[in-house]
Amino acid sequence: MKLLLKGGSVVDPLKERVLRLDVLVEEGKIAALAPQIEAPDAEIISIDERLVCPGFVDMHCHLREPGEEFKETILTGTRAAGRGGFTAVVCMGNTKPPADSRAVIEFMKRQVETAPVPVYPVGCATKERKGEELAEIGDLAEAGAIALSDDGNSIMSSEVMRRVLEYSRIFDLLVISHCEDRNLSGNGVMHEGFMSTLLGLRGIPRAAEEVHVARDLILAEMTGARLHIAHVSSAGSVQLIREAKSRGVRVTAEVAPHHLCLTDAAVQTFDTNTKVNPPLRTKHDIEALCAGLRDGTIDVIATDHAPHTAEEKEVEFNYAPFGISGLETAVPLMWEYLVTRGVLSPVELVQKMAFNPARILGLPERVIEVGKQAHLTVIDPHLKLPVRVKDFVSLGKNSPFDGWELQGWPVLIIVSGEAIYAERTGAGEKGD
Amino acid sequence: MKLKRKDVLGLQDLSAEEINLILDTAEPMKEILAREIKKVPTLRGRSVITLFYEPSTRTRTSFELAAKYLSADTASISVAASSVQKGESLRDTAKTIEVMGADVIIIRHSVSGAPHFLARTVNARVINAGDGAHEHPTQALLDMFTIKEKKGRFAGLKVAILGDITHSRVARSNIWGLTKLGAEVRVVGPPTLMPPFIQDLGVKVFYRCEEGLEDVDVINVLRIQLERQQKGLFPSIREYTRLFGLDEKKLRYAKPDVLVLHPGPVNRGIEISPEVQDGPHAAINEQVTNGVAVRMALLYLLMSGGEVNEIAS
Amino acid sequence: MPLQEKAQIMDAEGIRRALTRISHEILEKNKGTQDLVLIGIRRRGVPLAQRIAAKIKEIEGTAVPLGMLDITLYRDDLSKLGYHPVLRKTEVPFSITDKKVVLVDDVLYTGRTVRAALDALMDLGRPQLIQLAVLVDRGHRELPIRADFVGKNVPTSRREIISVYLQEVDRIDKVVIDEPIV
Repeated sequence: MKLLLKGGSVVDPLKERVLRLDVLVEEGKIAALAPQIEAPDAEIISIDERLVCPGFVDMHCHLREPGEEFKETILTGTRAAGRGGFTAVVCMGNTKPPADSRAVIEFMKRQVETAPVPVYPVGCATKERKGEELAEIGDLAEAGAIALSDDGNSIMSSEVMRRVLEYSRIFDLLVISHCEDRNLSGNGVMHEGFMSTLLGLRGIPRAAEEVHVARDLILAEMTGARLHIAHVSSAGSVQLIREAKSRGVRVTAEVAPHHLCLTDAAVQTFDTNTKVNPPLRTKHDIEALCAGLRDGTIDVIATDHAPHTAEEKEVEFNYAPFGISGLETAVPLMWEYLVTRGVLSPVELVQKMAFNPARILGLPERVIEVGKQAHLTVIDPHLKLPVRVKDFVSLGKNSPFDGWELQGWPVLIIVSGEAIYAERTGAGEKGD
Repeated sequence: MKLKRKDVLGLQDLSAEEINLILDTAEPMKEILAREIKKVPTLRGRSVITLFYEPSTRTRTSFELAAKYLSADTASISVAASSVQKGESLRDTAKTIEVMGADVIIIRHSVSGAPHFLARTVNARVINAGDGAHEHPTQALLDMFTIKEKKGRFAGLKVAILGDITHSRVARSNIWGLTKLGAEVRVVGPPTLMPPFIQDLGVKVFYRCEEGLEDVDVINVLRIQLERQQKGLFPSIREYTRLFGLDEKKLRYAKPDVLVLHPGPVNRGIEISPEVQDGPHAAINEQVTNGVAVRMALLYLLMSGGEVNEIAS
Repeated sequence: MPLQEKAQIMDAEGIRRALTRISHEILEKNKGTQDLVLIGIRRRGVPLAQRIAAKIKEIEGTAVPLGMLDITLYRDDLSKLGYHPVLRKTEVPFSITDKKVVLVDDVLYTGRTVRAALDALMDLGRPQLIQLAVLVDRGHRELPIRADFVGKNVPTSRREIISVYLQEVDRIDKVVIDEPIV
């Protein structure tokens, strides 16, 4: 099976350039790259000025299986990932039961066989995600866990966190930390600031995140382990990570699209789709996060895709679960908010959403070179469409972006040489 | 003049003109309360449902009497807080009430924004009878009505709100209403009970009574929830009373003719001393009467004057 | 709706004479001022009631109790109006029970205002009797209601509008027939 991608612009995140090249894919690999390729036996895909990027990787999502298949399954979640332009996803271990044992990781691996997009599960750092005893990390690593994390249950004991980081070094496994001092966040449901005062909702101060970011950076430095800070939301966290990186701490960090596009003002309507943890913060934080993306303090953009049912979200604000269904809006949101507004170049966006996460996780390298595996994401930078939650293939329709008109949609992904279209190639959908 | 809205969810949304209309309409309503036959036929055939997710005999009774004095039919539904998350969802409960023919749903809920959620969900009109720490518009309206009766104006008045500002919907609604009508509002309380950026609502913040109460015309004393002490927000009831309880000594910081309000029910001897509570400055019982008048005015203004979206004359 | 004045039907002098006659008729019919009270319907019934009370005082030398009634809350068309009629206080600072109540209004038309006023009065007490005095009766009744004392009967068409102007409210005394400009 041969595929010939004709007429596109190829984004090279390593040499930091965009070149007009045809791409020939053969047996799952890049077979040729040249301004003009003729291959009569190949299926030709007309790319027509669109961008051919190395395949995007979402290193933070929740696929809910096993245990909460009413919210999402590995199949629906990976289909949503594909439609959203991702060629691989990393799923968190906050399942039921949690991914704290070989059995759960192996179960996930089996489910993945039918998924359109590869899934890399994260194993729990501690048993039952309780933050008390270490999980059998060796077992998890052998079963195929790509990283360690207790996800939303931040590890409150600094002693336990120290041991997780130390022990991870046997396998040089990445430890992903959801930084939240739960004593400080308490029963908070939104960012603590003027808006929370206005709305009378319990606030989560920036300090709840920053205290843990600072602690984990100190522990990572002490242990020499590889730390990844999940969904950085506050200006103070960016500064702490920047300083740690300059000292040589082995730390990487990610930001979620919603933290770059929305502020706590969005909560004013009491729409539970704006309820997310960490909470939507302020313009000041967005500016700091953008600066962090630009200067390399923040390595990755990851969705924190957290699907929930309508029944769970259509309740009083305090009772709704945290989370946004993000896989199918991340790419156009980031194109619209970062690329068209000049925060990042297309090349830099590809670094944050493809090259860097793959490198941090040790996945097949996200560059387009002859001989490399063919994981590709094709983006139409001119395609302008409204977000339509009802068209999501994710079971989670919980998005605050419904109706937003965005530009720069993924139209096609290629996973191991196989093309999957994003069912929104334009024309038919544009007008209706 | 017309209240151009389907729901009344908070004083943040109301214009000064609308607030004045409600206060002006409450005056003739108060006259009805003084009659032997306290009933007018205005809302005959309309139904008003109170839906309370938080116990509050006082507010609910006030709303029900207001509706009854206007000849509306009333029914009340109480949902125990403990059963909220297990039982029927607010959405389903509200839909059920609506198909039973409710014209107005009056909701009290411990979660901020619950009335807004309800207003989006049902076609019936919704009145917020207190949501979380967000708003309690009718309480603020009755406080303002009482201030207007006693002081005759708002412009230039110095009003202090004393106590737990963080958890107080009464404080927020009063701040919105009073600042819109030109009063100078201060909030006085310990920093642990003062929400961040409250000064951005146009109020002055004080942590000490001798400064905060200096020369004020009105003091609105908030009820202190005793369980806040267990959460570590102040050291002891004793110390709270000593520093922030309104007694005759602290009253002397204010103007000689200061008006003292309290939304009730009072923790006697804690946030306010018995001498002040029963003294000549307090209008706590009148506030209760005024509450019925204000709620009558609001029901009348919301439910008469044609359907929403109809062209006003 | 723009209006134009079609005809003036009473001037200040005409209004004064009509009220004087009504005052005499009230005294005659009720045999003096014993148990008599006057209640004006807001808005222009109130100054008319005040003038009648003054006239009665002039004739009899006694002041009859005077009340003001706001009938807004008793209207039968509240849910049809696109606006809120301004709500004013009802001020009847005396008991009307066992009294002879004379209701005073400016114009009697459909009778619906008087119906509302009767209901409002019943909620205030149980009068011995209620009589109705109006400055103008223009016909077109929709309810079985008639006036006991009438200043002037004016045949009108439904599209015409009777406008009463009084010094106390409008700085001039006159009654005119207006009609919409087509």
